[in-house]
Amino acid sequence: MSISETDRGLHRWSPHLACSSAGDFEMVAAVAARSGEQMQFMLLFSRQGKLRLQKWYVPLSDKEKKKITRELVQTVLARKPKMCSFLEWRDLKIVYKRYASLYFCCAIEDQDNELITLEIIHRYVELLDKYFGSVCELDIIFNFEKAYFILDEFLLGGEAQETSKKNVLKAIEQADLLQEPRHEYFNVPVY
Amino acid sequence: MTVTLCLFVLHQPMIRAIRSARTQCEERGVIQRECAAIRAQFRQADNGGRSHNLAKLLYVHMLGYPAHFGQMECVRMIASPRYSEKRVGYLGAMMLLDEKQDASLLITNSIKNDLSNSNQYIQSLALCTLACMGSAEMCRDLAPEIDRLLRASNSYIKKKAALCAVHIVRKVHDLGELFTKAARSLLTEKNHGVVHGAVVLITELCERNSETLERFRKTVPDLVQIMKGLVISGYSPDHDVAGISDPFLQVRILRLLRILGRNNEGASDAMNDLLAQVATNTDSTKTVGNAVLYETVLTVLDIKSESGLRVLAVNILGRFLLNNDRNIRYIAMTSLQKIVGTDHNAVQRHRGTIVDCLKDQDASVKRRALDLSLALVSASNIRSMMKELLSFLSSCPPELRSQTASGIFNAAERYAPSQRWHIDTILHVLTTAGGDVRDETVPNLIQLITNTSELHCYTVHKLYRALLSDISQQPLVQVACWCIGEYGDLLLRGECQETEPVQVTEDDVLDVLETVLQSHMSFPSTRGFALTATMKLSTRITENVDRIRSIVSIYGSCIDVELQQRAVEYNALFKKYDHMSLLFKRLMHSPWLNTDLKLMQPSTLSVFSVVATVTVYEKDGVTVTLSCEKQSDSGLTVTLTASNSTESDIRGFTLQAAVPKSVQLHMKAPSGDSLPARGAAKVTQMVVLNNPNKVA
Repeated sequence: MSISETDRGLHRWSPHLACSSAGDFEMVAAVAARSGEQMQFMLLFSRQGKLRLQKWYVPLSDKEKKKITRELVQTVLARKPKMCSFLEWRDLKIVYKRYASLYFCCAIEDQDNELITLEIIHRYVELLDKYFGSVCELDIIFNFEKAYFILDEFLLGGEAQETSKKNVLKAIEQADLLQEPRHEYFNVPVY
Repeated sequence: MTVTLCLFVLHQPMIRAIRSARTQCEERGVIQRECAAIRAQFRQADNGGRSHNLAKLLYVHMLGYPAHFGQMECVRMIASPRYSEKRVGYLGAMMLLDEKQDASLLITNSIKNDLSNSNQYIQSLALCTLACMGSAEMCRDLAPEIDRLLRASNSYIKKKAALCAVHIVRKVHDLGELFTKAARSLLTEKNHGVVHGAVVLITELCERNSETLERFRKTVPDLVQIMKGLVISGYSPDHDVAGISDPFLQVRILRLLRILGRNNEGASDAMNDLLAQVATNTDSTKTVGNAVLYETVLTVLDIKSESGLRVLAVNILGRFLLNNDRNIRYIAMTSLQKIVGTDHNAVQRHRGTIVDCLKDQDASVKRRALDLSLALVSASNIRSMMKELLSFLSSCPPELRSQTASGIFNAAERYAPSQRWHIDTILHVLTTAGGDVRDETVPNLIQLITNTSELHCYTVHKLYRALLSDISQQPLVQVACWCIGEYGDLLLRGECQETEPVQVTEDDVLDVLETVLQSHMSFPSTRGFALTATMKLSTRITENVDRIRSIVSIYGSCIDVELQQRAVEYNALFKKYDHMSLLFKRLMHSPWLNTDLKLMQPSTLSVFSVVATVTVYEKDGVTVTLSCEKQSDSGLTVTLTASNSTESDIRGFTLQAAVPKSVQLHMKAPSGDSLPARGAAKVTQMVVLNNPNKVA
């Protein structure tokens, strides 16, 4: 089977990343011939820099993901409260917003609309809020897989798949009902 | 606190245990134990608790610990008939497997099966996973399935299939062809999710292939219709966000319109009215409205829009600049930057607001404002803009200083209203941000000063005063030293038309140069300038030549080799030549100017800017003279002529030359090696020097 141009492009250097790292590994942060319009990843992290959710829409090794996460978390946490929600980081645009103790951080590309990305973040927070009932960081810690399921019902491949809040929540509800019951189930507080 | 009948609580005790660890070491201990337990569970037969195990592992992975041993478990879980297990299995696949892992190929078959599952939520899992981490190979394999789903399934699946197709096209461009027809028909559906997916897919197809783009231009009227429906329609509770109906869809349609209208009059015309409507009617009091307006503006500015519409768009950006929300100001400037070349006058109207943004607290906003301000400088506003820019320079964040200084220099060079203003501006920058200017600033400034002969007196006064107050900014000190060396006599004259003259003595001037020489703040190159200047003054002053000699001879034993060499050469010159003025004569408009500072090469056969014959050796009847002829910007030919005035012939006469490493030397063959007596004939030898780097 022949390797497509796309696969070859995966091994292209991204000059910004190459300069900033110690140059000891290849950074693959772009697929060949990007159109410049995609959410590359979304990160949720606490004020202490602890990662609570990471969704990657581009192929990167674990090592690369860790490096990006570390640097980006540091950069965002260093920002002062009244600063812009947008910043340029490497060759990406970062859109972030803080909700209580959690930072929601998206990396988008050149052609993407920063303001609508803020709306996407907000929509996701609203979904979490509706689902958990006044969501807080602990909900996302102890029910992280739910946070992912909700995200995956809202965004697909980095794009919004359903623009109606109601429909997303309905779908999650239905999917939850499909969960097979165990013989023993627990009537316990969540935390 | 809520009590939840949640079947996923089973991994929560582990999370609690991890969180209660007090140190990193303790946490690692807990993790190790848990991972061992998880591994053991993986090896066991199906016990109904597999999904919780994998969930535990995923949590551990998110904390940053290795979890690759769970990859195969993901593959197994995905193949399970149980929904809970599939769900976590697919989640695990998205987290632990990426297309680089071999294991990812193993799930292709499961995905294929699940895509045709009768349960849409299972189909959904497969679609989501494929769209998230599907490799090119997987995409090629499954593309026909996706196409099938695009045509014949319910809205829930269609919208997901559309976005899955987007991913496939991104991975394997050629497959775009496959989805074109289906994408077209999806536009006619009522479901917002499906239409949104269709718009995203069409956008992707058009951007990959210009033929496809041509074909999809026909959809412009349909897109306009859909937009109109969203903009004019009454309140639609399902999709409303702060009074805007489905802003996400609106933004995507606007972006697609942009791509279709670009470079195409017909398409641009067809969307003109709609864009005007959206631009005028969208409520801009909330971010969401501004998001739509922003996309509208970007579209208007990118297509072939009517001039009225363009003005409308730029005005929206102007309003954005005045918005209280810093985010809005930021994106306004980003957009204005894109059009400052094409719509210069329109952007100029907002110059005041842009310049105000230089004072914003946020460094990103400042950076944008700087870029725009520099682009807006023109002959008519140079004076006021420069005031702002210089003021910005003195307080801007360090990472912006270099760019600001360069920008100021460029602007000054292009639009300086007078030479005095130009010199003043450069001096101002050197005083404020001397450490951040580029290397060529010094020779450029020297060139400028030299060429502005009517201001020599003014300039040397300004620089002298600058030196008196601060000798830390190296470029400024270098230029000042050079200037004093060249025009020091003007200082001593005690009169000046353009500025208040100083009343100084020769000693005062030499004091200043000596301070620079002795200061620990001075770079070696700066010291070189100061030493050269001191030497030059020996021809411009009358009383203190001895002092100069003593300064120079002190540096004859300086630790810095460059300086030492320089000083030794100068000393030699002192001793041998009375007509020093020839060597140090005032420089006119010479192309050698930029290398003037390197004029005094630490070699007797230095590169002089003077084209004259100089006697460089006279002893025991042998005379050697030297004359130079400039060949090019960096090349010089030196002709050495030797003659013998003694009574007897001299045989075996050779000349040797030494130059610094950066200068290339090529000695041609001499005309002979014996000097006949009584000057009967001369021996000449040509030396070609090349000073490509123009370094000392």
